[in-house]
Parts: sequence; structure tokens; C-alpha cells
Amino acid sequence: MNESLLINITLAVLFLPLIGFTFTVLSGGKIKKAFTFEVFISSITLILSVFLLYAKISAFVEKDILFSFSWINFGILPKWGELNIKLGIKLDNITVIMAFVVTLISFLVHIFSVEYMKGDKRYNRYFAYLGIFTFSMLGIVFTDNILGMYIFWELVGLSSYLLIGFWFEKKSASDAGKKAFIVNRIGDIGMFAGILILFFTYHTFNFNEIFEQMSAGKIPFNSDFWMTLTGILIFMGAIGKSAQFPLHVWLPDAMEGPTPVSALIHAATMVAAGVYLSVRIFVMLTADTMLVIAIIGAITSFIAATIALTQNDIKKVLAYSTVSQLGYMIMAVGVGAYAFAFFHLVTHAFFKACLFLGSGSVIHSMHHEQDIQNMGGLRKKMPLTYISFLVSTLAISGVPFTSGFLSKDGILAGTLAFGKLTGHWLIPIAAFTVALMTAFYMFRLVILTFHGEPRDVHKFEHAHESPKLMVIPLIVLSLLSLFIFYTPNPVSPDQGWFLSEWIKTPSQVVPENSRFDFLINSAGEQTNHGKIIHSVEYTETLHSVHYPALFLSLILGGLGILIAFVIYQWKKINPDAITAKIKPLYLFSLNKWYIDELYDKTFIAGTLLVSRLSAWFDTNLVDGIVNGSAYVIKSFSNIVGWFDKYIIDGFVNFTAFLSGFLGIGLRRLQTGKVQTYIILVIVSAIILFVFFRPF
Amino acid sequence: MEVGLNHFLFISAALFSAGIYAIVSRKNAIMVLMGVELILNAANINFVAFSRYGNFGLDGQIYGLFVIILAAAEAAIALAIVLNLYKTFANINVDEIDNLKE
Amino acid sequence: MVNIPYLSLITFLPVLGMILLLFIPKNKPEAVKILSLLVTVIQLIIAAFLTMNFDYSAGGVFEQSSFQFLEKFRWIQLTGISWLGNLKIDYFLGVDGISMPMVLLTAIVSLIATISSWTIAKHIKGYFAMLLLLNTGMMGVFVSLDMFLFYIFWELMLLPMYFLIGIWGGPRKEYAAIKFFIYTLFGSVFILIVMIGLYFSVQETIGNTKVFTFNILEMMNQSNYTADGILSPLNPYNLRFAAYIALFVGFAIKIPMFPFHTWLPDAHVEAPTPISVILAGVLLKMGTYGILRISFPIFPEITIQLSWYIALFGMINILYGAFCALAQKDFKKLIAYSSVSHMGYVLLGMASLSSAGITGAIFQMFNHGTITSMLFLIVGVIYDRAHTRGLDDFGGLASQMPVYTGFVTVAFFAAIGLPGMSGFISEALVFIGAFSNDTTRITAIISTLGILFGAGYMLWALQRIFFGKLNEKWSSLTDLTAREYIMLIPLSIIIIFLGIYPSAMLGMMNTSVNSLVNFITETSNIITAGL
Repeated sequence: MNESLLINITLAVLFLPLIGFTFTVLSGGKIKKAFTFEVFISSITLILSVFLLYAKISAFVEKDILFSFSWINFGILPKWGELNIKLGIKLDNITVIMAFVVTLISFLVHIFSVEYMKGDKRYNRYFAYLGIFTFSMLGIVFTDNILGMYIFWELVGLSSYLLIGFWFEKKSASDAGKKAFIVNRIGDIGMFAGILILFFTYHTFNFNEIFEQMSAGKIPFNSDFWMTLTGILIFMGAIGKSAQFPLHVWLPDAMEGPTPVSALIHAATMVAAGVYLSVRIFVMLTADTMLVIAIIGAITSFIAATIALTQNDIKKVLAYSTVSQLGYMIMAVGVGAYAFAFFHLVTHAFFKACLFLGSGSVIHSMHHEQDIQNMGGLRKKMPLTYISFLVSTLAISGVPFTSGFLSKDGILAGTLAFGKLTGHWLIPIAAFTVALMTAFYMFRLVILTFHGEPRDVHKFEHAHESPKLMVIPLIVLSLLSLFIFYTPNPVSPDQGWFLSEWIKTPSQVVPENSRFDFLINSAGEQTNHGKIIHSVEYTETLHSVHYPALFLSLILGGLGILIAFVIYQWKKINPDAITAKIKPLYLFSLNKWYIDELYDKTFIAGTLLVSRLSAWFDTNLVDGIVNGSAYVIKSFSNIVGWFDKYIIDGFVNFTAFLSGFLGIGLRRLQTGKVQTYIILVIVSAIILFVFFRPF
Repeated sequence: MEVGLNHFLFISAALFSAGIYAIVSRKNAIMVLMGVELILNAANINFVAFSRYGNFGLDGQIYGLFVIILAAAEAAIALAIVLNLYKTFANINVDEIDNLKE
Repeated sequence: MVNIPYLSLITFLPVLGMILLLFIPKNKPEAVKILSLLVTVIQLIIAAFLTMNFDYSAGGVFEQSSFQFLEKFRWIQLTGISWLGNLKIDYFLGVDGISMPMVLLTAIVSLIATISSWTIAKHIKGYFAMLLLLNTGMMGVFVSLDMFLFYIFWELMLLPMYFLIGIWGGPRKEYAAIKFFIYTLFGSVFILIVMIGLYFSVQETIGNTKVFTFNILEMMNQSNYTADGILSPLNPYNLRFAAYIALFVGFAIKIPMFPFHTWLPDAHVEAPTPISVILAGVLLKMGTYGILRISFPIFPEITIQLSWYIALFGMINILYGAFCALAQKDFKKLIAYSSVSHMGYVLLGMASLSSAGITGAIFQMFNHGTITSMLFLIVGVIYDRAHTRGLDDFGGLASQMPVYTGFVTVAFFAAIGLPGMSGFISEALVFIGAFSNDTTRITAIISTLGILFGAGYMLWALQRIFFGKLNEKWSSLTDLTAREYIMLIPLSIIIIFLGIYPSAMLGMMNTSVNSLVNFITETSNIITAGL
């Protein structure tokens, strides 16, 4: 097995979905079964990426495989030096795992969609869009440079736009698509500005080259402030894409898209791209940047969890839970729990995809009913969906023996250690509160949907278990939510291959004085085969908080589940009574903290106001000056014209009149008779002769 | 009394005056033409006379010949004009042909 | 090998076609169209040939020997006119990396516009004659290297444009045509004044004698300036600063730069589709091209001095254009304002005076040419069918005209600057360049907001026209015709191809841009040192 083979396979994995897209979109109108090609491509991609994962892990686990080519080569530029924009591929363990996650979920969603989307009039187009999404997402995963990241970043934005607005006949869908794209753009502007700073400083887009120069001490404008700012700016991209506060508003709206799309793009993969980006740039984050990231993650996960408590749309609950979990991952990056951020990304991708596909299955069988208040009792009708949904819910709630337990526990321990080391206790507090709320609202969802008695009997009677093609993906994904795929020890992931062998926290490259103390490896020790970058103190703290964090999260998770059962299953407490008591808080949560309304009133209304003002300014002032000066000149020329007509021309006309008058008098001399003329000539000749006689 | 230059000049002047008178007074275009001929011949007499009595060699006589030829040509053209005048106006009375007035 | 005057050929072929066209009897409109098409096709073939034989390593800019496809003859020479001295005007054509993309663009856009003119019904002969004349004017501006010649072509293109808008335009065509004509003429006067000022300040050495000259390249050579010339840096009381501003205003009107832009929306709204295509696709580029070709290298020291202001106006164009576009209700006006916004990137890139920025600017000129042409064609398609352009009159067309919507999506996202399309590369280069220069950095950062608002107005327009429930009124609209495919497919291919493989175009300009940047820095140093 050699590296070039791996590179070729990577390129195949990357471009096959693009081929699928191109073929399907071009032939979709004419060939009815065009989508089968896309599904076929997707399965090939999955097989190849499984092979890629296997090959990388088995043969090159410690080595990154790099490949790059010159995209735009300017040669030597004056005042700049060499400018050679390269694109390329970097295969490390994170990449191949992520690629596997993407292609697997993409494949499962393809299969699921075959049934789910049946009968849609733009069936083929749907699959084509899935193809271009997979392509762009894999681009983000494989790229070795930040420009490539940005390029594919925008492309996933495009496919997300297209898929959210897939049912564009609905105004809400096209609104949501537009909103998603534009809100993402806000983050992208920051990311782009960050990229500009990086490129200006390092003259390269390549991650490795940037990090090398950075570890040699070169930082933007030689100032820590700019280093921090650059990190935050690039992280803005993640804020947009991973729906972090304050740009989280697009994700819940994005649920207007078809449910399998929500599973693929808006739960498992694309929204995790922000986390992926943060993981990629982890090494260049200064202490301040990390703190910002951690705070944003904490705020996001908290806000989203509180909103999820009261939502009644099955997809909205899941959407907010996604936002909340993404906040977790972002927070994990911020507190330095690098490996767990990525670990949670992977585990979350599987169980959240399962939850979304499960909700899709429910919605499908309930004839597009999404309100959980009209569901209930579906457990009996849809046992397989129920079981897989339940397993995933257990995972997201952090119940032992699930993958979610492992990754979430790691993050919680990380925040606790962070709080202990830096004194920012609010972050772990938020994280644990969220853990409680997550368990509660997820079980509320499960109970209201699957347990109890059906509340809409008519719809219930028509409900049925979904067809095989829809159920199989659910089962696969729920199996992947079990601990066994990641570690043999169900309570500690540390011994698992995933964390101990595959994912190594890399050494930071920012100058040591702008790092967190705990990220400076004072002892210089090397553990296992990888570099460990944390200080001894950090390692010790992490060990000391591991069990407290574990018990605390178990207790809080259990408590959340218990409350959910007490209220909704056993109905010991009437939920309405509680909401009545805390009505303002309830409404605050139900209305999503009024953030959308706030944005509508401020940013959107502000922009529209400015735009109307500009337009008014343009037509009335700028153009007014143009037309005004035209008017002034015209008036002036009217005056000149009058002057010309009556004075100047009057003078001319007077001359003409005078000569005419004289002419009338003199014309009498003209008889028209030749003889008269001759006499005149002779007389004049004589007169002349007399006057000027020469002798 | 010997015939000298003055006699010739006198005849020439008389002839010239007769020509002028004819041109100015006659109404018939043909008569006007004949007046022109008279003037030409008056000039001819002058040429020949100066040629004989002056120191100009034969130049005057040669000019005299030219004038005769010219007169012939002029007569031909002028008659043609008169003919056309008649065709146009059915009249050769120069008093009535005063289109030049306009 | 015989030296074929390719540039004369490509420039005057349309005039030749126009003369031939006048012999075609009136009752054969098809022949008129086919002749025009033939002319533009041959033009494109020549342009492609030139591109293929273009030497990527030749710089051009200020050096006559490295210009390509050079043609230089004495055109007008009058000796010994008392106060004029010796009048000398050259017929001087040549291309370098700055003009070659523009020549190619002109050829492409002309061809597309000719195809798009197929539906013109009124005075077909006159229309195509004007179109061909316009074509010559545009091509001439991009290839001439003598300022007098440049000015002639510059003015030559005004007249047909006036008639094309004024006769074949929409309801307020007279107003728009006159506004366009007077506005641009107003700008031309400034150019004329500066041109004459330069003429009396620059002397070219021919043999032993020194002669005043209109040669643009000689004007760049500082050793050619007379000691007392009004625009000579040697003259302590020179008017170079004022001349620069005057020249800049002359060109800025054409770009059009805020606050000289208001003729554009009117002209676009009234002009027929093909004329809008030419207007946005080529004419606007003449302003920025003029600045690059004339203002920058002839007045390098003032360029550096004023670069911040140029960047500022670029920024205003970007944001102001975007805001105005956001408020429009007329589809065509929206595109017109988006042009204002996009031309702002060109200004910003040029102001950076860095290779990346200027390359980005020229590339943006090309890309804006293709993308905006496509956008105007798209407006034309819908206007031909529905006879309205109000954004709010439509809705749900995506289900009625899916293929059309596909092309619209490509064009809109190209205009938004989506990676994978050509607009992204040029905008990114502009930003890289502008960011790398200390003077323009802050404007570059603020201008990134343009990316956001650009997405805003484009997507909003897309939504209002194509998404939502189909308005029953439009249920009879048909999808694209073969002719429309022929126009839209090549443009889409160009846009996507250059987005994926931009080197195809960037390589062409690289050497020239580098030598321009070096030239500006060095000459500016010489001038400031001399003062």
C-alpha cells in the first residue's frame, strides 16, 4: 500500500459525488431513473472511504499524507515575493474518520430518501443536490489549506441553500434557505477577513506551512492582539456554519428542508464543519481566542437547550438540540478538550442523524404531521423506529454504554478542569445544566411521540412502520451509537483506540506567552507515540475531575430523564401548571428568546432602511443634482436663447430689414432693359473719365 | 489737304456714335446687333489707322483681321440668340424682354 | 511571413461589415443579421487566434518593444504650423496583458449581443449598422496606444450608443439616451483637455528633432517632458494634480463611479437587452481600462498619493451600489446597481497598486463582463415573455421554467462570488491585493461587507421571482428557446471554467501587471526625487 494509491482513492472519493451531481442534474429531466446513478455513486464513495479509513489507520496511523498542486501561480510579484496559490489534500486520522462519517451518513440518507422522497416532482434533482453536497463536504474534509476550506465552505452553503429551499413553493422554505445562506455569509466575511490576514502574513494558505511559520514565532502584525483577532475572525466562519450564538438563528428554520436533508446537512455533517474548522485551527488559537470560543459555545448550548425545552415541533426540538450539542463541541475546543470535541462530533453525527431520520420516519408515517402534541403511542405502530430512536436518545442524554456518554463525559470533564484551572466556572456550570436539560427534553420528545396514548387517533390509525429502506439506516446508525465501536471500556474512552491511537491533541503553535498555561508542556514529556501538549498540572486536574464529572453527569442525566417521565409518562405533575407559574420564562423559551424578532427589528429592518435611504438619496439627491444641473443649464440656455433670438438675432434681422428696405428703393433703377444698362454704363464711363482722366 | 490720322479717327468716332445710338435707341434686336457691328467696325478703323500712322508695325492690321473674324462669329451666335429669343417670346422687341428685372 | 495587421482587422472589420450591410436591400433583414453575425464570429476567431499566439512573457505597459501585434504608422503629420510646431499623430495599435483580456471580452460580448439582437424588429438595417460601428469603437479603445486615436474611438462609440438607446429603447428612451450622451460627453471633455495638456508637455525625439506627441507610451517616459510643459513634472507650477483629477473624473463617469453613476440605471432600464449587455459587458470596462492604461502610468506619483481615495470610492461603490440594489423593484435596475457595486471591486483592486489587486481588478473586469452580460440576457428572457420586469410581479417561475431557473442560479451565484465561479477568484484577488497595501487595508476590510449585501439582494430577487407559488398569470410562459441556449451556455461555461482554472486568464496578464506595478513605483520615485 503506498501513498499515491491513497491520494488517488481520496480524489476518487472527492470527485465521484461531483460526477454523480453533474450526470443527475443534466439528465434528471429526461431519464426517470437518474437518481439510481447517484445512489450507486454514493455507495461506491462509501466503500472507497471505508477502504481509505482502513488503509490510513492500518498503514499510516502516525503519518499524514500530503498532496498538493499549484492552482494559480503568479511567480514572483513585486512588493510581495512569490505568490503561488496551491490546493491540496491532507490525509490525517481526523480527515479519514470524518470522510467515513460523511460518506456513511450520506449513503444512508440516500437510501432513506429513495423511499422518503418518493413521488416528489423534483425527485432526481433532490439526489443531484445530495451529490453536490457530499462533494463539497468532502472538500472541506480533505483540504490541506484554508482557501480550499473557504471554497468548499461556500459550496456547502450553496447546497444547503438549495436543499433547504427544495420545496420552494412554500414561502417559509425559500425564506429559510435565503436566511441560512445570508446568515452564514456573515460568519464567512469574518472567516474571509481572517484568511486575508493569514495570507498577508504567511503568504500561503496551507495549514501546515502557516503553522510552521507560526511556531517559528511569526505572527500577524507582530502582535498578540492580531493573533487573537485572526483566530476569532476565522472562528466566525464556524459560528455561522455551526449555528453558534449569535448566528444560530438559521438552523432551526433550515428544518423547512426535507427531513433526510436535515439529518445529513443540518445535524450530522455540514453544521459540524464549524467544529471541524475549529479543530483544524486549534493549534493557532491563543488563550483569549479559546476563551471566546468556549464562552460562545457555552452560551449557545445553554440558549438552545432552554429553547428546546418548550418546542412542540419534532424537528424543531431536534434542531435546537443540535445547536446545543454543537455548542458543546465548540465549547470543548475552547476549553482545550480537542480530542473530545472531535469525538463528540463523530458520535453526535451518528445519533443525531439517527434521531432526524427517525423523526423523518415518524413524519412520513404520520402524513407530514410534525407536532408532537398530535402524536403519542407510536411505539406500537413503529417498533423499529422507536427502538433506534430510543437508543439515540439515550446516547444524546449521556446514558452509559452509549457513544454519547463517552464523548459528552469527556467534554464535561474538560470544562470542569478548565473551570478549575482558569477560574471560569460559569462554563462548566452551563455545560452541566445543559446536560440536565438535554436529558429532559429528549425524553419529553420520546415520551410524547412514542409513549402514552395516541392524541390524534385518526392519524395514528393510518400510521405504519416505514419501509425497509428507511428502517435499515436507522438501525445502522443506532448501532453506531453504542460504545463498542469506540472503546472496549464502556465508562472510559481513554483506553479506546479512537482516542488513544487515532486522535492526538497536537501541540499548539502560538507563542507560549499568549497560550493558556495548561497548554504549555512544561515537562516536555512524550506519552504514547504522540506529543502530549498539556502541562502536567492539566493532566492531573483532568484525572482528578474525571470521576466527579462522570458522577455529576450521570446524576444530572438521570434526573432529567426522571423529570421527563414524572411529568409526561406518569403525569404526576401537570406541565401546564408549571408553565402557568413561570409564564414569562415559558414564553421566552417558546419564542426562542425573541432573537429572531430582535434581528428582524434591528439588523434586517436597519439594512432595509439604509437601502431605502440609499435609493432615495440616489434618485433624489445624486440624480437630482444631475437632473438639477441639467435643468439649470437648460434654463440658462433659455435665457441665452431669448437674448440670442431677440437681441443678437434682432440685430441681424434689422440689418437684413435695412438692406431690404434700401433694395426696394433701388430696385426701381433696374428696368431689366439692356439698353438702359448700357446707357448707365456709358454715362458712368464718361463720368469716371471726366473725374479720373489720365491726361 | 492730305488725309491724315485725324480723318480716320473722326470717321471711326462717327461710326461708333452711330453704333451706340443704334444699340440704345432701336427696339428691334437685329438693329441692336447691327449697332454692335458698327461699333466693332469703328474699332477696326482705329486699329488700321494707328497701324498706318503709328509705329506699331503690322500688329494693328492683324488685330483688325481678328476683329472681323470675331465679328462674324459674334454675328452668328447673336443671330442664333435672337432666333431663340423669338422662339421663346415670339417677339424680338428688346423693350419687352425685361426678364432681367426680376 | 507577411505581417498581417490583426488589430486593424479586428477593429475595422465591423466598419467594413457596416459598409457592406448598407448595400443589402431593405427587404432582406435576415441577410443583415447574418452578415453582422458573420462579422462578429470572425472577430471572435481573430481574438481567439490572438489569444493563442499571445506571448505571456511580454510585459508591454510602457515599453513599445514588448507590445504585441504592433502596428505603427504616421497618420497625420503637419510640419511648421506656426504655434503648433509639428503636429504628429500616429496610428498606433498594440496589445499587452492589460488589453488582451478586454479585446477577448469585447469579441465575446459583441457576438453574444449580436445573437441577442435577433429579435429586434424595428429598422433592422440601421440597428445593425449602429451595432457594428459601436463594436469598432469599443475594440479601438482597447487596442489604440496613441491618445488621439484612443480619444477618437472613445467618442466614436458614443454616437451609435446614443441612437441605439434613443431609437430602440424603452418608454423613456429619449431621456435616457440624452442623459447618457451628455454625461459621457461631459467626461470626454475632461479627457480632451488633459490630452491636449499632455500633448504640449511631451516631446518625442525623432531623429534629431523633438516633436510634440500623442503617443501614450512616450507620455510615460519622464525624460520626454519639456521643462516648461504645463503637465511636466519638471515645471514647478505644473497642473498634474488637477489634470489627474480631471482625467479620473472623465474615466470615472464611464465606470460609473459614485457619484457619477446615475446615468447607468436609466440607460440600462431603457436600452434593449443586447445594448444593455454591451453597455455593462464592455463599455463600463473602458473607464477602468483608461485609468489603468493612461492615468496610472502617466501620473504615477499622483496615483500613489491618491490611492486611498480611489479605494474609498471603490468601497463606496461596492456598498452603496449594493444598498441601492437591495431597494430596487425593477429587475433590470437591480442588475444595473449590482454593476455599480461590482465595478467598485475593480476600483478597489486597482487602488491597491499591488500585483494581486490589479490582476484581480482586470480579471474582475472580464468576469463582470461575462457575468453581467448573462444577467442582462436573463432579464431580457423574462421581459420578452412577460413584458414586465417588476420583481414583485412574478413568483414561482422555478416550476414553470426550470432550465431558465438553472441558468439564473448559475449567474446569480456567480455574481454573489460563489467559489467555483470566476467572480470569486477576482474578488478574492482584489481583497488580497487591497489588504496587502497599508493604505487600502481598512477599505478592503469594510468592503468585505459587500459580499454579504451582494448575497442579500441577489437571493432576495431570486426568491421573489422564482420561488413561492406560481402566479397563474405566468402559467403560459415557455422555457428557453434554442437561441437563448446558444447565448447562455457559452457564458456559463466561461464563468465556471475560469472559476476552476483561472490561470488560463491570469497568466495572460501576470507579466504586464507586474511591470505596471514596478513602473508605477519606480517612476513615482524618480518624479518625487526630482522635485
